[in-house]
Amino acid sequence: MTEPIFELNDIVVTVNHGTPEQINIMDHVNLAIYPGDFITILGSNGAGKSTLFNVIGGNIPVTSGQILLHGKDITSMSVERRTRFLSRVFQDPKMGTAPRMTVAENLLLSEKRGQNRGLGSRHLKTHMAKFKQITSVMNNGLEERLNTATGKLSGGQRQALSFLMATIKRPEILLLDEHTAALDPQTSQELMQATNDQITRNHLTCLMITHHLDDALKYGNRLIVLDNGKITYDIAGDEKDNLTKEELLSFFNDLDG
Amino acid sequence: MSIIVSAIGQGLTWGIVGIGLFLTFRILDFPDMTVEGTFPMGAAACVAAIYSGASPLVATLIAFLAGMLAGLVTGLLYTKGKIPVLLAGILVMTAAYSINLRIMGRANLSLFGKPTMLKNHFLASLPPYFDSVVLGIVVVIIVTALIIYFLQTNLGQAFIATGDNPNMARSLGISTDGMQIMGLGVSNGLIGLGGALVAQNNGFADVNMGIGVIVVALASIIIGEVVFGDLTMNQRLIAVTIGSIFYRFVILIVLKLGFNANDLNLISAIVLAIFMMLPVLENRFRIRHTLAKGMTKHD
Repeated sequence: MTEPIFELNDIVVTVNHGTPEQINIMDHVNLAIYPGDFITILGSNGAGKSTLFNVIGGNIPVTSGQILLHGKDITSMSVERRTRFLSRVFQDPKMGTAPRMTVAENLLLSEKRGQNRGLGSRHLKTHMAKFKQITSVMNNGLEERLNTATGKLSGGQRQALSFLMATIKRPEILLLDEHTAALDPQTSQELMQATNDQITRNHLTCLMITHHLDDALKYGNRLIVLDNGKITYDIAGDEKDNLTKEELLSFFNDLDG
Repeated sequence: MSIIVSAIGQGLTWGIVGIGLFLTFRILDFPDMTVEGTFPMGAAACVAAIYSGASPLVATLIAFLAGMLAGLVTGLLYTKGKIPVLLAGILVMTAAYSINLRIMGRANLSLFGKPTMLKNHFLASLPPYFDSVVLGIVVVIIVTALIIYFLQTNLGQAFIATGDNPNMARSLGISTDGMQIMGLGVSNGLIGLGGALVAQNNGFADVNMGIGVIVVALASIIIGEVVFGDLTMNQRLIAVTIGSIFYRFVILIVLKLGFNANDLNLISAIVLAIFMMLPVLENRFRIRHTLAKGMTKHD
């Protein structure tokens, strides 16, 4: 068995410490992520899906437990440092791009994710051909708008750009936080398809939060369900491939009851 | 004639203050009040340095450093101290008043009989007021060129991204705290530099010369934007200085109408308010539509 890239060991996140409202929003979570894993994550509102991503990204500190990258403890590593191996696409199209900067400028920024940025010239022009080729993959006309401010793009184009920005410099782990949820069904499906193509073609390791049971079943090699800050379900491989929507639904109904 | 040349000279000098404020107000999207303290701080530091025997050029650079230091304090209070940026600026501005009195030892210090950058052989040989125009052009070109170059670097792009979408910037590994501290530092450094040049131009530094600076600098930025409309980032930087000169002409006209220098802050505020309301007024009264109609032939 290969070594995991990334591990969460017995992670607890407690909020409202010492008050009657004290609650563990992450409750002794263990998760090992292996190279090439494409994990879909389901869970009702407040189950801890976003908390899980924020713990991985370093946006919220853990109360106890250990975070390992290639076996090395990175529990207290800052958000900025973690971007060296981690990238993320948010649900809100406004979150992932700089609205007054052009598409090309955004891509150039993301190409230096996690690296030091010095006083050398950015050399935007020498990147244009490459950017044109990269953006054409998304099949939504983004390649024609490289010099447009991203604030003027459609939501679908902005999310496609956010996805490209997260993957232009290969991340060791890619976090997709319901990145198609704010789009209309048609655009959402197109972006989801393009996402899947990119992930499988480039063998990216990815965690994807989704509300769509169908997407959770259709995509990825592994599926986990969160409830009340715990991982209550974690299946992979053939077991996941054979899982039906009815089985998954009945599982959710059990949780509610 | 000389009054117009003088206005251009002042506009150029104040253009540097406008460019400084542009970095925080437009790029970082910060209302930075520190400037009302750093402008007289630059003036005070420069005059005090000249008094203690420093060359005017060195004294002017010291003014830049003094302003930058104050800006760094605002940046640290905001990023590390978690004080809202408006309040952090007001705190430093208030503290700067006392510091400026300490620097000068008194409320007002004259440069009479002292060397300034305007008193070198070449500038002194020019007709009246042309000295400040030439000095202003040289400094504005150097500052504008440096800022334009900086904004095209990878660091400069990270700085712009921080103002545009701090969330995204962080997710790309950009230290937004670092960018904001740097921006406030450089911005206030430029404003201190502007204060030093204005002091040398006027021949004195005064602890109260900071009052209204933010309005004047904002007016330069807004007038430039209203007059020129949609521009690229580099063009906008240049438009600030042109807006600053334009503002001086407006003030000149108002003074010609019979107002006196004591009314200047009131007039500055009114001029800025009018320019900021132009988009609203334009929608309401369809100014541009009416103007366009007046320009076309009757059919």
